[in-house]
Amino acid sequence: MSSQFVTPEEIEKKLQKQLKTLPPLLIEDLRGELLSRKITNTQLTRIIKEVVKAYHGSLVEPGEAVGAVAAQSIGEPGTQMTLKTFHYAGVTELYVTLGLPRLIEIVDARRNPSTPTMRVYLDEEHRQNEGKVMKLVQQIEQTKVERVSQSVAIDLAEGGIVIELHPELMKDKKVTSEMIQEKLAELKVGDIEGDDERIVIIPGLREGEEVIPMAKLQKVLKKVRDALIKGLAGVKRVIVTKEKGEIFLDTEGTNLRGVLRTKGVDNTRSLSNHIHEIAETLGIEAARSIIILEAEDVLAEQGLDVDIRHIMLVADLMTNTGEIRQIGRHGISGQQSSVLSRAAFEVTVKHLIHASIRGEQDPLLGITENVIVGQQMPLGTGSIDLLMMPPKPPKEK
Amino acid sequence: MKKIGRIWFGLLAPDIVRKMSVTQIVTADTYDEDGLPISSGLMDRKLGTIEPGQRCSTCGNRVGECPGHFGHIELSRPVVHVSFAKLIKKFLKSICRRCARLKLKPELIPVYKEKMDEAMEKTGQIDQDIADAVLKDAGKPSVCPFCEAEQYKVKYEKPTTFYEEKMEGSVRLTPTDIRDRLERIPESDSYLMGIDTRVSRPEWMILVVLPVPPVAVRPSITLESGVKSEDDLTHKLVDIIRINQRLRENIEAGAPQLIVEDLWELLQYHITTYFNNEVSGIPPARHRSGRALRTLAQRLKGKEGRFRSNLSGKRVDFSARTVISPDPNLSINEVGVPLEIAKILTVPERVTEWNIEDMRQLVLRGPKDHPGCNYIIRPDGKRIDLRFVKDRKTNADGLDAGHIIERHLRTGDIVLFNRQPSLHRMSIMAHEVKVMPYRTFRLSLCVCPPYNADFDGDEMNLHVPQGEEARAESRILMLVQEQILSPRYGGPIIGGIQDYISSAYLLTRKGTLFTKAETCQLLASAGFREDLPKPSITKPKPMWTGKQIFSMLLPKGLNLSLKASVCRKCDVCQKEECLYDSFVLIRDGELLAGVIDKKAFGAAQPNSVLHRIVKDYSNSEARRFLDSMCPLLVTLITNSGFSMGIDDVTLAPAAVRRIEDILKEAEENGLKLIQAFRAGELRRTPGLSLEETFENLMMELLSKARDGAGAVAGQELGLDKHAVIMTATGAKGNALNLAQMAACVGQQAVRGKRISRGYRRRTLPHFKSGDLTPQARGFVESSYSKGLDPVEFFFHAMGGREGLVDTAVRTSTSGYMQRRLINALQDIKVEYDETVRNSEGQIIQFRYGEDGVDPARSDHGKAVNLAAIIERVLSQKR
Repeated sequence: MSSQFVTPEEIEKKLQKQLKTLPPLLIEDLRGELLSRKITNTQLTRIIKEVVKAYHGSLVEPGEAVGAVAAQSIGEPGTQMTLKTFHYAGVTELYVTLGLPRLIEIVDARRNPSTPTMRVYLDEEHRQNEGKVMKLVQQIEQTKVERVSQSVAIDLAEGGIVIELHPELMKDKKVTSEMIQEKLAELKVGDIEGDDERIVIIPGLREGEEVIPMAKLQKVLKKVRDALIKGLAGVKRVIVTKEKGEIFLDTEGTNLRGVLRTKGVDNTRSLSNHIHEIAETLGIEAARSIIILEAEDVLAEQGLDVDIRHIMLVADLMTNTGEIRQIGRHGISGQQSSVLSRAAFEVTVKHLIHASIRGEQDPLLGITENVIVGQQMPLGTGSIDLLMMPPKPPKEK
Repeated sequence: MKKIGRIWFGLLAPDIVRKMSVTQIVTADTYDEDGLPISSGLMDRKLGTIEPGQRCSTCGNRVGECPGHFGHIELSRPVVHVSFAKLIKKFLKSICRRCARLKLKPELIPVYKEKMDEAMEKTGQIDQDIADAVLKDAGKPSVCPFCEAEQYKVKYEKPTTFYEEKMEGSVRLTPTDIRDRLERIPESDSYLMGIDTRVSRPEWMILVVLPVPPVAVRPSITLESGVKSEDDLTHKLVDIIRINQRLRENIEAGAPQLIVEDLWELLQYHITTYFNNEVSGIPPARHRSGRALRTLAQRLKGKEGRFRSNLSGKRVDFSARTVISPDPNLSINEVGVPLEIAKILTVPERVTEWNIEDMRQLVLRGPKDHPGCNYIIRPDGKRIDLRFVKDRKTNADGLDAGHIIERHLRTGDIVLFNRQPSLHRMSIMAHEVKVMPYRTFRLSLCVCPPYNADFDGDEMNLHVPQGEEARAESRILMLVQEQILSPRYGGPIIGGIQDYISSAYLLTRKGTLFTKAETCQLLASAGFREDLPKPSITKPKPMWTGKQIFSMLLPKGLNLSLKASVCRKCDVCQKEECLYDSFVLIRDGELLAGVIDKKAFGAAQPNSVLHRIVKDYSNSEARRFLDSMCPLLVTLITNSGFSMGIDDVTLAPAAVRRIEDILKEAEENGLKLIQAFRAGELRRTPGLSLEETFENLMMELLSKARDGAGAVAGQELGLDKHAVIMTATGAKGNALNLAQMAACVGQQAVRGKRISRGYRRRTLPHFKSGDLTPQARGFVESSYSKGLDPVEFFFHAMGGREGLVDTAVRTSTSGYMQRRLINALQDIKVEYDETVRNSEGQIIQFRYGEDGVDPARSDHGKAVNLAAIIERVLSQKR
């Protein structure tokens, strides 16, 4: 009996033949299904034939308005989303923008998202070892002067800025007074003097100045407060999470470049949710992926079912020029070649004025333009022309 | 048919304005005492006519045909066009004040020229980036590289004033000076500066003659009192002519320079506001009533502007709108149209030798009887209005092949049906008309989800396609049954809602039995016309189960299994042995096990019975299934009765006590928590402040209490309660709603936190300052059935208000996001080579969605349902 069933090798051989007709993912699924069953040769042939037929039946038709459908498929669920900005991401104490505001942030391709975070995975050495992880956290989390001092204030008696250090916090963060003084010296804020409890900074006088102006002191104060002692700039907080026996870090604030360079980090899996940062560090293809991932996550979190192809199209459109373009007047809509289309969207007058002096031409290839002039639009059934030469009617006698 | 190939934008040259003009306008007045337009005034007859019956004195056409004609005003002095002011500044900065040549280093000119030529050849248009670079480069030199004249800095003062900053002080550049310079810019230079020399010249940015738009653009309105009211543009033009006239007279009279300049300035102001009344830096021109005038730019701009309101969106004929109401007996493909509407909306039908008799009947019946006819269009284009025809017999007899009659809408016609907001393509679908009495549109309840419609006063629109092609496309592409599968997720969006689901549950749950009479009545309502299967119980009398009846309407050969909504998610699924009958198993069109509820029959449920029917059979089969199933379910639920009352949420005294205990315990724990917090004994959660930690713990504690109370209610209320049936089957509501009605409403939140805002550190004057107890921070202990006390009621209202504000804000922000998405993506389509491109032909994707699969044709995102295919093949005989 068993000889009647096809062997895995035979299945593989038949599948290889379909590589050009079927997409890889489908072949993989099919392989899985086939290998888990006992099938005869004729059945195998029939299954593959049916699958190919079904696949061909599910293909998009030329002319299909995939853009409009994608826009609707992402926009329509927007009305059902909650506006609640904040939410817990899992069990951690980390706040992340979710729902409609986050979706808008993604399509807007904001340069400064409201809650940038990173998920940092660790290499095998660190994954399990909490002690080593804590060390790594020290390396990543930024420590500013403000964080390790009781007060940073202007002291007019001293004529400068006085930092009252907080020894316990410093111990906790493994920071010494020398380290702080060294970093401050690099910033060139003035003369620095200090011991383990107190650091005094006296900014230098400029020519013609008798006393240091208050405005300058304020400026220096801000500089001192924000002075980075150690860690990666921008990483405000690191939260250690353990899940399925693996330790990973979630951060508030991002510095992907820095993290990926840090030893002990699994730089093949660690990610940031900041689209522009991803584009700058990992390239435009990575940015496309993160747009898809983030948008999918937002929609899935709200329990909304949207086909990934729609999200892909949006992500591809946002990135296809090699740089991230926003959905809207400062990005894609503003760069459209059609004057009428741009004028109909936003800032109407500016576009018309501009078009007149530059002598722009609108070739009426898009949708809005043709709606405006009252012509059939080149989309769907409108993208097909039927040329017909009807027989001449017989002449009446 | 003629087609517009392209639109080329350019500046209007003064000469063209003059050539275009039919008359020069000199009189700053509109009508004389007799109400007749003044010749060479702003309402001159030559500018076209807007009064019906009158002929235009330029073209001789009547109102509809006369396109309107431009006039012109000769300006006594040149004036800057505001919109170009910024550009004029750039130009002035980059050309020599003496020789008017571009101050570009001579060696750079050929470089830029080559670049520009290249761009020109490639796109046929100026490259703005190159032009910007040229202007930047040419702005720098302080000495002209050609004539070596010394250059001064040009200062621009918004909106239309220019100065030259000489050593001895700023000198005003008059529009005449500017125009003089711009005039002398050589063609080759202006080309590099970004001007398309084929259509524009720099000096045309300074106006010397102003076109006067035809009256059709600025019609005057006659009020009921007989007073004529002029359009905003006319008002503005009156101002312009008046000042222009004064300026000319003063110049001719040799008035002092100062007066001339003042008037010139005033003319500039009027012309500026004529173009754009929202220019920053000057006060907008106002109407006598104080309202700002709506001038040219305002007419184009924004949502109510020409572009978005009249060009991108157009008003249509052959449409209707009225309130909608449900009709469970309609097919999903149908729409009930009131008779009154059917008699107004028409379909043009060409008379042929084959239909001439029917058409004669329609004409005879005329516009007042229903399947009648409103108009006859003769081959010569003459339109006969049957309302005013005394003897229709003559017209009917005179009907001949080649005539077109506009007949009433009748049952069977195809129409488009729409509900706003049209968020996705299923918001406009094609329905078949069913003419009905009364005055509302009627629709099947199954199509409510795609339209997002309910019947609390919703109105919908209806459009009648007028062409054969449009009707064919409507029927084939837009018919409701063709839209069952949503392209958003590749599953059905149409399906049972609310009572249909409750009813399906009642029908298919265990123990539902029907006598022969009942069975026949149910099946009759479904239009079932076949023989009954064998009854599952024969004694004492033959009885059929609900599952049997359900199966009779399923297509033959349907196989599927799924978990119902009532599933309790046991650790080990017992499959068809499920105690709660929640494993749905259908084999060869027989419902063998499981109850039918939302998961199996609901709208927007992927992998439901309906989804499988659509995918494995056809859209028509799915429609047939819905159209037969729905009336059956309505009959069932009508006969058995289904409602919810206070009993459904009333708990036994024992349960009430248990809930009270839970709440009391929570209160005690809350007090302990407060004490711990006050005493500073609380351990801070890392990353949170002490207050935040406390609030989190408190919220958690209280929500646990509410859940506990809800659980008690849940245990108490079984599936015998209709309210529970609704929540368990997914027909309406959820467990939380029930718990709030029966047990405890729970914490009210504003901005995701307990209610904490108020004066003097308290939420209401009933509490002491700094009171942190649950009661003082918006915890509602009562249930809705018990009723809320005044304090609770107030907190509840606060939470409720936030919800309302939230929805209001959400609709506008998500609406704007959708508009932007649509605008960015609308041009993208799949080409014949499988690539996805925009209207310029740029490739966005090489293959749509990486596998070329249309989500609407996919099986919930998957290209092929492998399991189904393999199962089907394997079940076939070898």
